Amino acid sequence: MTTRKIEILVGAFIVLAVAAFLMLALKVANAGISGSGQSYVLYAKFENIGGLKVRSPIKVGGVVVGRVASIDLDTVYYTPVVKMEINEQYSNFPETSSVAILTSGLLGEQYLGLQPGFIDETVQILADGDSIQDTRSAIVLEELIGQFLFNRGN
Amino acid sequence: MSDIMVDIQHLSFSRGKNLIYDDMSMQVRRGKVTAIMGPSGIGKTTLLKLIGGQLKPSQGHILFDGQDIPALSRADLYQARKKMSMLFQSGALFTEMSVFDNVAFPIREHTRLSESLINIIVLMKLESVGLRGARDLMPAELSGGMARRAALARAIALDPELIMYDEPFAGQDPISMGVIVRLIKELNNALGLTSIVVSHDVTEVMSIADYVYLVAEKKVIGHGTPEQLRQDKSALVQQFLLGEADGAVPFHYKAAAYEDELMEPRR
Amino acid sequence: MITEKLQNLGRSTIDNLAGFGRSGVMLFGALVGKPNFRKGWPLLVKQLYVIGVLSLLIILVSGLFIGMVLALQGYTVLVKFGAEGMLGPLVALSLLRELGPVVTALLFAGRAGSALTAEIGLMKATEQLSGMEMMAVDPLRRIIAPRFWAGVISMPLLAMVFTAVGILGGHLIGVNWLGVDGGSYWSTMQANVDLYQDVVNGLIKSVVFAVIVIWIALHKGFDAVPTSEGISRATTQTVVTASLTVLGFDFILTALMFGG
Repeated sequence: MTTRKIEILVGAFIVLAVAAFLMLALKVANAGISGSGQSYVLYAKFENIGGLKVRSPIKVGGVVVGRVASIDLDTVYYTPVVKMEINEQYSNFPETSSVAILTSGLLGEQYLGLQPGFIDETVQILADGDSIQDTRSAIVLEELIGQFLFNRGN
Repeated sequence: MSDIMVDIQHLSFSRGKNLIYDDMSMQVRRGKVTAIMGPSGIGKTTLLKLIGGQLKPSQGHILFDGQDIPALSRADLYQARKKMSMLFQSGALFTEMSVFDNVAFPIREHTRLSESLINIIVLMKLESVGLRGARDLMPAELSGGMARRAALARAIALDPELIMYDEPFAGQDPISMGVIVRLIKELNNALGLTSIVVSHDVTEVMSIADYVYLVAEKKVIGHGTPEQLRQDKSALVQQFLLGEADGAVPFHYKAAAYEDELMEPRR
Repeated sequence: MITEKLQNLGRSTIDNLAGFGRSGVMLFGALVGKPNFRKGWPLLVKQLYVIGVLSLLIILVSGLFIGMVLALQGYTVLVKFGAEGMLGPLVALSLLRELGPVVTALLFAGRAGSALTAEIGLMKATEQLSGMEMMAVDPLRRIIAPRFWAGVISMPLLAMVFTAVGILGGHLIGVNWLGVDGGSYWSTMQANVDLYQDVVNGLIKSVVFAVIVIWIALHKGFDAVPTSEGISRATTQTVVTASLTVLGFDFILTALMFGG
């Protein structure tokens, strides 16, 4: 076996491995929206976040526009504060926009549904670091059932 | 430049609890063939490894060309080793390289010569051991004697000042034995080498050595030119030279009295 | 009786500790010091071939089959909940987080590790290492170092190839044979697999396993008793010790990465 042939085979091996990595990164993990690309940050306070997790998707009409960066507890009011990283591409949400914690399917994972609001002269566009005021918390099944029974009682 | 190439002073060495050398001294003269003989199992190979710095003595000095080998730093030791060379009993050829590459190995490692120049040097070295035609063979295809000659070509590739032969005659047929005897003598004279031959083949060693040390029982029991040794009065020396089975070195390994052990039931 | 047992236990503990110490000294000697790229590069390429390229076939075949089996087994369970759409994440996550690094390490220990131990043990037995040292060439730098780096480079690459092929094998069975929707195979995978959490952590695992396997293999060879029996024992020990150590470390790493 000549040195030349060995070099070629080793080169092919490394190319194959890099191709495998690219496939894992792009096709399997879909690294497009995370980390890479510019994003800006918005905050939202909720009463209850239910099963929302860090890195849960943020969707507008079903299209992923960003991901949850972190979830902390406000130390004054003890309400959860969700930090959202939104793709720079979608930077025109007005301050009247609302955000809700939704569930995909009956047993699926929870995600943030962002609903763009109306625009007129008095309404400002949300910028990096702003908060969305209009939020709807996660639906907790026990509360829902409790409410239902309570209403029936009336 | 001093006349002594290797000067071993008051060397003690032990492996585990076994004392192998006890306060031993010997000198190897420049340009001569010095033989170290002794019964098997007294650590003659160990002595060569001590000179090469692969083992460290528990006491004493080993001066090689004025440098104390055990006290050298790692880098200095590697520098000193470039001036010495060792022919191992098995040859120790690199099995994955051809004979040519084996001989070229030390040259490629330590010099930046061009391939054409290396080619010339390697062919010269192979010619001197008579294996120029075998350059493309792999070590596995060589006979024992040829492997040893190829290893010898490798050992002299960088023109060392000292070459150590570890049992060069062991397990050789009479012809290859004769070839190796001739090679040791010729290389020593032609290249101005200093040679140390470790062996227990009395006749071959006595025929080529300029000076002989007889080592047994952890120390030198006799030394001199081959002629002087033959005249030596010591019973041990005579027993070794003549190859008698029993004598100063007893035939029996140390044991309890024979009758007692036979009579005693096995525990 | 008991004192004797205790003595033996103590002795074997000390022996193991000493062996560990020797392996550390060996690795230190091989890796510390300024590298010589002019001489080192061809040696590294040669070892990448021996250790990496020659292990590729077994990795490709096992990866393909493990991916296929995962898809088949996963499907039969998931279909009971009507959740066969989650087959993609199941296959991808098990391969990325666990099976890729671990099975590659085990196969690698068997294929390349044992060969390395036997090769170095034999070089020791035939005095090639000693001979090299006497030629003023440091066997740690000339023999051990290129093999170590080649192993540490090869194994993560092999693990990635294994995982990628496994996911394709899962696709082959899940989509082409069992009829899971191809789009949902990839899209649910993309929604559930995270580049850092899963891909990069899997890679870190396989680097750690590479160091473990290759270190054990080289040390067992370098420290082997230079007889045919000693070498065969060292080869067996390489496979056993490396496999068990990999599994142990896998637990620790999994707990650290995904447990908290």
